[in-house]
Amino acid sequence: MVKLTINGRKITAEEGTTILYAARDNNIYIPTLCENEAVAPYGACRLCLVEIKTAKGRERLVTSCIYQVEEGLAVQTDTERIQRIRKMLLELLLARCPESQVIKDLAEKVGVTKTRFVKQKGNNDCILCANCARTCEEVVGVAAISLARRGVDRELTTPFNEDFTEACIGCGSCAYSCPTGAITMEDKRGTRRIKWPHNKMEFKLKKCSVCGQYWAPEKQIEYIAKTSGTPLSDYDACPDCRE
Amino acid sequence: MAKLKSVGELEALRKSITGKRDPKKAVITVCNGTGCHAHGCKAVTAAFQDEVKKQKLQNTVDIRATGCHGFCERGPLVVIKPKDIFYQRVRVKDVPEILTETIGKGNVIERMLYTDRAPGKKITCESDVPFYKLQKRLVFGNNGLIDPTSIEDYLAVGGYAALAKALKMKPEAIIDEVKKAGLRGRGGGGFPTGNKWESTRKAKGKTKYVICNADEGDPGAYMDRSLVEGNPHSFLEGMIIGAYAIGANQGYIYIRNEYPLAVRHVHIAIEQAEASGLLGKNILGSGFNFDIKVQRGGGAFICGESTALMASLEGRVGEPRAKYIHTSDQGLWGQPTNLNNVETWANVPLIINNGADWYRQIGTKNSKGTKIFSLVGNITNTGLVEVPMGITLREIIYDLGGGIPKGRKFKAVQTGGPSGGVIPESLLDLPVDFDELVKVGSMMGSGGMIVMDDKTCMVNIANYFVSFLEGESCGKCVPCREGLQQMKYILTGITEGRGKKGDIELLEELSAVLVDAALCALGQQAPNPVLSTIKYFRDEYEAHINDKQCPAGVCNLEAVKVK
Repeated sequence: MVKLTINGRKITAEEGTTILYAARDNNIYIPTLCENEAVAPYGACRLCLVEIKTAKGRERLVTSCIYQVEEGLAVQTDTERIQRIRKMLLELLLARCPESQVIKDLAEKVGVTKTRFVKQKGNNDCILCANCARTCEEVVGVAAISLARRGVDRELTTPFNEDFTEACIGCGSCAYSCPTGAITMEDKRGTRRIKWPHNKMEFKLKKCSVCGQYWAPEKQIEYIAKTSGTPLSDYDACPDCRE
Repeated sequence: MAKLKSVGELEALRKSITGKRDPKKAVITVCNGTGCHAHGCKAVTAAFQDEVKKQKLQNTVDIRATGCHGFCERGPLVVIKPKDIFYQRVRVKDVPEILTETIGKGNVIERMLYTDRAPGKKITCESDVPFYKLQKRLVFGNNGLIDPTSIEDYLAVGGYAALAKALKMKPEAIIDEVKKAGLRGRGGGGFPTGNKWESTRKAKGKTKYVICNADEGDPGAYMDRSLVEGNPHSFLEGMIIGAYAIGANQGYIYIRNEYPLAVRHVHIAIEQAEASGLLGKNILGSGFNFDIKVQRGGGAFICGESTALMASLEGRVGEPRAKYIHTSDQGLWGQPTNLNNVETWANVPLIINNGADWYRQIGTKNSKGTKIFSLVGNITNTGLVEVPMGITLREIIYDLGGGIPKGRKFKAVQTGGPSGGVIPESLLDLPVDFDELVKVGSMMGSGGMIVMDDKTCMVNIANYFVSFLEGESCGKCVPCREGLQQMKYILTGITEGRGKKGDIELLEELSAVLVDAALCALGQQAPNPVLSTIKYFRDEYEAHINDKQCPAGVCNLEAVKVK
């Protein structure tokens, strides 16, 4: 176990834990947008920056979702400098996604109600955190969507920017992992509709042979059967009706 | 060429090469760097070769197409050895005359000599031209002597002697020598090279890699290109020595695809080194194996950042990552990796050949050795200069660079590439080294030096660099992606007459957050041009905003009103 302080509070954390998780375990709030426990840390939103002083006395700003705890580390999560950074980042994000309720709420939490910057159009609510694409690649393992181009032209998209991506199994992990709700998913009358900021796609859902409910996209079931090496017939019934 | 199996065989080969060469025989070297290509050096070189045959002078003179000599302003450059006669702006029609007059009769043709501006006198020898005289061309000097596609030429000037020496040293001793020499990374970071090597050597891991960063991308900077084009074996030798010291058996050269001549020459050099037993298995019979692969970059500026470069080498999108775990511990494919840029690698053979004590004599307290700068912009002598660290900006711009052309006044110099700062006239006596430049809000960077005269608008310049960086930001982190775009909007607004009260303060506030919060050095340093122009030329910003006037007469502030 590693001993450190966060905002003066003495805490212990397991070696290899990030500052962010050590703080959360101790009910210390650090705002985040691009953090997701299911995938590797990325460090893109920069909201989780904290100030640290190492045991050797070195002071610096670090990304708490990546930086791991160290013996004797002194962490400050809410200094004036940190507040100044978070406010500016949220002003920038408000300019990018003026309609996003998640961004508006988070901005208000740090004391930002309006932005001094030029508001953008046509970005939907996507903040380009790549949670969706990283989940799709690292957790689902299909990499059906990704971020294309660079800088301000960066956007989440499908291959060739079409309303179709061969690799997508319709699992909806992208929608679940999106922090701002920029990706939506809807199941209606046997069809699943996933809407990404710039593309959309439909999936046929499978009907349970016992209860008759639609329970998962056919492509996802085929993918699970294939990757787990089980016969497709095992999935005729939904999990609730299965023995 | 047969594979060399020992240091003895290398020295014997060197002796046989130099033995066949008559030091008194005239050699006409024609600069074939990219700058001189633009001036038509290819045709001049071909004309020399044809004319030598025509005049049957094969036994009297050799023609050698060399790498970049640095004085690009005056190309195509021709230097006649051993007398060192320096002809500039040589045209195809001048070629027969040079052969009949200078080679045949020993007469110097005044017309083609360099005229020193101040005293107005003609200068015959290359080494007497002020542009060259004040330089210390340790790394760059051989460029003008050798044909970059000939390993024999490189061996003739002492090439691979440092490797031979290093292979007899203990790896730790090589690292100590590089540490003692005080060599710091020439790619921009200025990190102590020896320490980086030591960390990589000590890092746990079976496979280790060394990388040469040749992805030079700063607008107006071409030091590394000229080294790779003009003397590719020099940095290859440095890489082999480094790999041996670190314990790496595989190296990569990540090079800009927009440098076709450099790509070609590095491939030729690698083939030659492999064929000679200087690369590959059991190098010079030492038992040390080392291979180098060349990877061409896809054109993204960000791929010059070490972690983005490694991601790109792995076949992934070139995006930087946080470096809390150093690449010397986990770099390429998660293995300990040492990355240095071309110029850094090219310094290594010098240190091994001459020793750390010799190297330490050059430079300032914490910046040792020389640095190559590309001197461009509103400057009389455009070109590449290699100078000892500690030289002042004034010496570089006025003594070497010949000052500002067209009788205009100096206004500022921007050092360190697009994310460097702008330095005003009051600081021209600043000694140039890694730390001094940072103190005044700029940086060494990889060695770009853009000189600006009084017809340059500082707001417009800041906008240019911010726009460049905005376009080259990878877009991963919020402050860099969104912040630079907003900075561009504000700056463009000011230059178009839409500036308003509070813009300067907002730029400063936003800049401070980029410095603190951006993920990598591109974003952290991107505000430098903005902050330094505000610091030294605030009145120009105010004139744009308050009086709707551009003091330099560059911006069209009426543009908006007319619409």
